[in-house]
Order: sequence, then C-alpha cells, then structure tokens
Amino acid sequence: MAVRGSKTAAERDVVIRGRGITVGFEDRLILENLDIDVYRGEILGIVGASGTGKSVLLRTILGLQAKQSGSVEILGTPYDDADERTRRLIDQRLGVLFQQGALFSSLTVLQNVELPMREHLKLSPRLMEELARLKIDLVGLATEAAERLPSELSGGMIKRASLARALALDPDIVFLDEPTSGLDPIGAAEFDQLIATLRDTLGLTVFMVTHDLDSLYTVCDRIAVLGDRHVLIEGTVADMLAFDHPWVQKYFHGVRARRLEA
Amino acid sequence: MSATEAASLDLVEDGGALRLIPRGRWMLHEADRLEQVIDEAVASITSPVTIDLEELDQVDTSGAWLITRFSRDLDAKGVHVELSGGSPNVHRLLDAVHSAEQEKAPKRQHVSVGRDLVEGIGRSMYDSAGDLEAGLSILGSVTRGFLRAVVKPARFRITSIVFHVDRAGLRAVPIISLMSLLIGAIIAQQSAFQLRPFGAEVYVVDLVGVLVLRELGVLLTAIMIAGRSGSAFTAEIGSMKMREEIDALKVIGLDPNEVLVLPRILALIIALPLLTFIADLSALIGGGLVSWIYVGLPPSAFIMRLRDAVALNTLFVGLIKAPFMALIIGIIAANEGFRVQGSAESLGARTTSSVVKAIFMVIVVDGIFAIYFSAVSY
Repeated sequence: MAVRGSKTAAERDVVIRGRGITVGFEDRLILENLDIDVYRGEILGIVGASGTGKSVLLRTILGLQAKQSGSVEILGTPYDDADERTRRLIDQRLGVLFQQGALFSSLTVLQNVELPMREHLKLSPRLMEELARLKIDLVGLATEAAERLPSELSGGMIKRASLARALALDPDIVFLDEPTSGLDPIGAAEFDQLIATLRDTLGLTVFMVTHDLDSLYTVCDRIAVLGDRHVLIEGTVADMLAFDHPWVQKYFHGVRARRLEA
Repeated sequence: MSATEAASLDLVEDGGALRLIPRGRWMLHEADRLEQVIDEAVASITSPVTIDLEELDQVDTSGAWLITRFSRDLDAKGVHVELSGGSPNVHRLLDAVHSAEQEKAPKRQHVSVGRDLVEGIGRSMYDSAGDLEAGLSILGSVTRGFLRAVVKPARFRITSIVFHVDRAGLRAVPIISLMSLLIGAIIAQQSAFQLRPFGAEVYVVDLVGVLVLRELGVLLTAIMIAGRSGSAFTAEIGSMKMREEIDALKVIGLDPNEVLVLPRILALIIALPLLTFIADLSALIGGGLVSWIYVGLPPSAFIMRLRDAVALNTLFVGLIKAPFMALIIGIIAANEGFRVQGSAESLGARTTSSVVKAIFMVIVVDGIFAIYFSAVSY
C-alpha cells in the first residue's frame, strides 16, 4: 500500500475502516469483499467508471445503504452494531455534501446551516446565527445569499451552501459526492481550493467521490480506484500512472489526463 | 483523543496587568456555556487585557469565533486587547474566522396586523383574477390541442388517455361504488325515519332516486375524483415543473398543455360520467337494500316505485354535469401544478389548493346547474 508522508500505514490514525464490504441489489453484486481505510487529515479521492459503486460505497459507509456483509468502523467505533445514541454521536462528527446538494428547499440557506445545530445542541439564537454566518462565509458565499432559498441559488452556490451545512457541527470527516460536477472549470478549481483550505484550517478528513481529474491531481492526497466490485488500487497519482489495468491506464493516460501531466 | 479538562476562562492578575487564559477544549458542545462566560467577562472587564492562548487544548470554529467575538466586544467597549501565545493551528483558525464578515442583512420590516389583513385580502382577490386568467388560458390551449387532434386524429395520445382513464377511472370504481352505496343507504335510512310518522315511508324511493340521480351521485363522485386524481395531476405536473421537465418539453417544441394536460382532462371527461353512472346505480342499490330491510319494501316494489318517481331526464340531469366537473377539476389541477415553485413546501401548498379549489368550484357549478335546470324545468 502506498502512503504519502513519512509515517507507515500502521502508525497513521485510521478514521474509517471498512472490511469485507459486500453490497448487492437483487442478484447483482455491486461491491464484493471491499476493504478501505481512510486516514486522519487526508483527502481521499474515490474514482471509477460509472456504475462501479462509488456512490454506493459512500452510502454504505454512512449507513444509508444496507450491506450483505462486512463491517464499517468510524472514528474507532464499530458503526454497524452501535446503539442509537452512539450512532447519533458519530453522525454529529460527519458532514455530507450530497451530489444535488440536498438543501431543504423550504428553508433559507441560513436556516439550512442552523438546522443541525438547532437539533443537536443548545445554543443561544445569537451564537447560532453567528456561527452559521461564519460557516457561510468560510465556504465563500456572499452574505446576502444567507437569506435566499435554495431554489434561488445557482449550481455552484448550492454546492457551497450544502458544504456550509455539512460543516455546521465542525465535523471530523466530510463526505463529498461529486462536489465539482456541474461546476464550470474555474468554479470547480475554486471549490477544490476551498476544500484544501478547509482541510488545513479545520483539520478535516475528506472522503471525496469524484470524476474530476483536476481534483484528483490538485487536492487529493490519495486515490482509490473502484472496479470489478472492489478497490483495484490505492495510492498517489504516480502509483496510478504505473498501475497496469486497462481502465486505470485509459483513465490516467487519456487525452484529458495527459494535459494535466504536462 | 487526549484526556482533557473542560473548557474554562481564567482571569489572572499579573502585576497590575490582566491576563485571560482560555483553557481546555473550546468546542461546539461547550459553546453555549462559554458564550455566557465571555459575555460576563466582557461586562466586568474595564482595564487592558491580554488573552493568553497557550493553555488551549483544542479549538474548533465555534471556539475561535467566541474568542474573536470576545476581543471584538472588548474593543467596542474601548478596552485594549492583545492576543498572545497559541499554536499555529489556533492562529490559522482565528485568522479564518477573523476575516469572516458578520454583516446582517436588514430584517423584514414589521407591518401592522391591520395592514397585513387588508394586504392579504387584496392579494387573494388579485390572485383569483390571475387564477381565472390562467385557467382560461389552459382551457384555450387544451381546446386548440383538441381541435388539432380532431382534424388529425393521429395527434391524439391514445396510450396516455387510456392510461389515465385506467388510473383515474377504472381504479376508482371500488371506492366510488362503496361510497355511493353507503350514501344511498344513509339517505334511505334517514328519510325513512323522518317519513315514518306520516306513514309516507314509500316516498323514501322518490327521495333517494331524485336526490342521488340529480345531485349527490355526480357531486360526490366529482369531489372524490378532485381529491383522488386532481391532487395526483397537480403533484405530477408540479414535480415535473420543479425538475425542469416542463421547460424541457417546451424546448423540444411541445406544448405542455397538449402533452400533459389534454390527455388527463380527456381521460377525466371520459371517466367521470361513467363513474357517476356507477355511483348512481350503487346508491340506488344501497337505498333499495335499506328500504327492504328497514321499511320492508321488497326490491320489486322499490323498482316499481322508482319507475314512477324518476324519469330518464332525472338521470341525465346528473350525467350532463359530469363532463363539466371533469373539465373544472382538470384545469384547476393543471393550473396549480404549473404554479409550483422550487420548494417541496410549494408542491404541498399547490396540491392542497388544487383539491380545495376544485371541490369548491364543483359545488358552485353544481349550484349553477341546479338553478339552470329549474329555470328550464328539466
């Protein structure tokens, strides 16, 4: 296993440990006996052809998707057989940016960001609003956007607002499902930069499902490629380039990839 | 995670100079308590202070914000504040938080209750004029689509019409029959009870026959369909509007009224008279059963009596109204569907208003028909 940095895999703090994850729909297996580790403070990019189960893996780790077998451990606690209270405590330490944003459409951006705080914590209204506005500012949204409804936002703003909501409880781990899809290249690059900055300032661990080669090259510390129902290879971009698998070769040596290598 | 003490703020006097030392974990779960602590501190401190960040174990954005707010509040009071010590991590967070703006957008102006009320009435009047206009516009496009299809029958979306007749018509048969059977039975039972003292129980048949065929059969069927299919049409069209499917249709060069609304309205116009007929029959059966059991009137006598009480025109008075009610339900459902905005809340509000308006209009139209039929003595 290739790991960036001087520490070996054993020394690094594993925040998500998936073992033998098997997920299927009816008689079709999507993931089979998949192992995955996510280390504290890293940005892990998950790639794979369409239909290889990237989003399924993300949903499985979050417990939104039932699995046939396997185990998931989040922040050192087995998530599968945790009782409701433990699960709720773990959930508070996770933030999720869904592909379509999944902002609550009848609440303003500010109310969306305040919602997790309102439900989980006892805070004064003033402090809650200040913290929500802080998060909205951290993700680079203009102050006026706080009062708007999700239907009045552009695609990029929805992603940012949704990220602000994911950050509401200062989570340890943030899950991003195709964060840059549907953004223009400049917007996508800014978003990548934002994620890297937030990781540095807030000490986040980021689990990112993506198709965006730019993201993989610029912000991901480590990449895991899904294919044939398991992780084909994990490592740095250099490891990907050297790996002998038709899809991985095609993906990292394609026309789009070659431009980035230059 | 290292074992750490709870968050606190210590005040130390150090040779005349005040030092404030935040200790422990300044994290979100402690934020509520810490906010009170700093607010008290702001109120009590009057001389210059140094905030020593050396003892902070862990801090997140809420802790960083509280420290920033603390020093800002003191600054605003005219107290000089200095930050000292702290790890690079703490400072990176403080910098990020510090640059964040905290401007508040102006709150909505408070308006008096009286003005709200008048404004509300005005708005709803204005909106109902808009409803009428939008409804007529849908009626217009649907009629145009229908006429086009009459000229060129291949344009009729037969599959779609059949699908909706099945869903809005055939699948409603059980509930409509059951409902009408009970209504017929209840009317018979109630009128028998009222007519018994006069020995006029046989007029139960007249009452059930006329009331059900002329008014109740069609009215209750229309109300049921407004609730059952009108709401479904609004929700379908509304969610298509939300996901820009309506716009996609327009861009492809199709008229949503022709593609979505016309088949639904035609299906209702076909289904509602048929359902009304079924409702009439089941109500008569219900009335007949109760007359038999309750009044002791055998079915043969019931039918004999019914022949005298109602004529073919009694049945038609009810059935003629059905297509008009179908049209009203369809147009209101479509109009409300097209008015759905981006939020889930608006979809719910529109669906509700579709059903409420459709039921109201169905009753109004029934009243107008009643006046008309009595004027022409049909």
